[in-house]
Amino acid sequence: MANLIQELIAKRAAKEVEDGQIINLGIGIPTLVAKYVENENVHFHTENGMLGVVGIEEEDIDPNLVNAGKMPVGEAVGSSFFNSAESFGMIRGGHVDVAILGVLQVDEQSRIANWAVPGKNIIGVGGAMDLLVGARKVIVTMTHTSKDGKSKILKDCTYPITSTRSVDTIITDLAVFNYINGELHLVELMPGVTLEQVEKNTEARFVNVLK
Amino acid sequence: MKIFDSVDQALSCVESGQTIMVGGFGLVGGPLTLIDGLVDLDITDLTIVSNNLGEKGEGLGKLLEQKKVKKAIGSYFTGNRDVGEAFQRGEIEIDLLPQGTLAESIRAGGSGIGGYYTKTSVGTDLAKGKETKIIKGEEYVFEEALIADVAIIRAHKADMLGNLVYYKTARNFNPLMATAAKTVIVEVDEIVEAGELKSDEIITPHLFIDRVIIAKKILTQEGVVEHG
Repeated sequence: MANLIQELIAKRAAKEVEDGQIINLGIGIPTLVAKYVENENVHFHTENGMLGVVGIEEEDIDPNLVNAGKMPVGEAVGSSFFNSAESFGMIRGGHVDVAILGVLQVDEQSRIANWAVPGKNIIGVGGAMDLLVGARKVIVTMTHTSKDGKSKILKDCTYPITSTRSVDTIITDLAVFNYINGELHLVELMPGVTLEQVEKNTEARFVNVLK
Repeated sequence: MKIFDSVDQALSCVESGQTIMVGGFGLVGGPLTLIDGLVDLDITDLTIVSNNLGEKGEGLGKLLEQKKVKKAIGSYFTGNRDVGEAFQRGEIEIDLLPQGTLAESIRAGGSGIGGYYTKTSVGTDLAKGKETKIIKGEEYVFEEALIADVAIIRAHKADMLGNLVYYKTARNFNPLMATAAKTVIVEVDEIVEAGELKSDEIITPHLFIDRVIIAKKILTQEGVVEHG
């Protein structure tokens, strides 16, 4: 079960979605975003080979109809299926407008780490690197700090980076940042959060452009 | 005649030391009957090309437990902890590829392309040791195509000629692997007469397919069950 903080982040991320967009949602918090998107004229893509992903009721679950997180999904009107090469051609070829991804760390240049942790037996990358090079806009959703209270928005990532591409928007439980002209811009505080809290929990340098 | 009655006959071409492509995204679209057939064979030193290596003790995970896998080429082994542990013990080699690169390398291998340049993984640990090239001002990394001795895949229906259609997200890597191995073996839910699959619905034309069997293991909401 997703907790309240994850739901809060997902709800905020849903506001970034624009009319007519093709959107790919990653595993974890990003998966929760779909239910908060009110615009019906957006289309969800999943890299295992489907365009037109929607939610599904428990009684209609089909074990051979899943998203990239292997969770059961439903078919929108006008949905389609395709093979993995075609699916990643869509991604790398710039045909997916927005990717919303979970991350482990972000650095000052808005580069992310989300596929490997040194010293741990995590041997998997999936579609993360393809989405980073191909999606027109990348939004990341994350808790601002790790479970032991350390900042996850760092000067430099300590885990291996997923791509040299900088992500466009970072949404956490404390704040929203946009990456503009080589700098992280603090554009919004989450409800009830103070600037001091963000400063205290953010290792990376950022520019405060709060109005 | 491409229709085979038994798994043993269908897998008679499999030998130790071969490279075997295995379709599926996790268990979804995986050739579960043929994988169990591999588990029963006395073979070793296999190179497996598949997105995952099953789950712990499930699907391809069984082959790993039996120490039949020498090398795994895929994109996401996190779902099976045994893979990481076997790797740490030096029991298997791993070639980790981004999922799109894995798919494209198989596509290339099946269509006579030796390799290609992609932007994916440039500047990351996965591009280390690989050739790079600047094309129109952007950096790309060279990836070699993948081919195999045998591919085992899953489709929804085959006709008597070996034409295939797939079911929903169980398609994934299967049509790609159908093109990229010397011998391609498919398990299906149903075999129909030639002509029953409409020409413009066929996803994999029969020239790619060598052997067809009826699937005995089906993925259901309750897990993998025997049928028939």
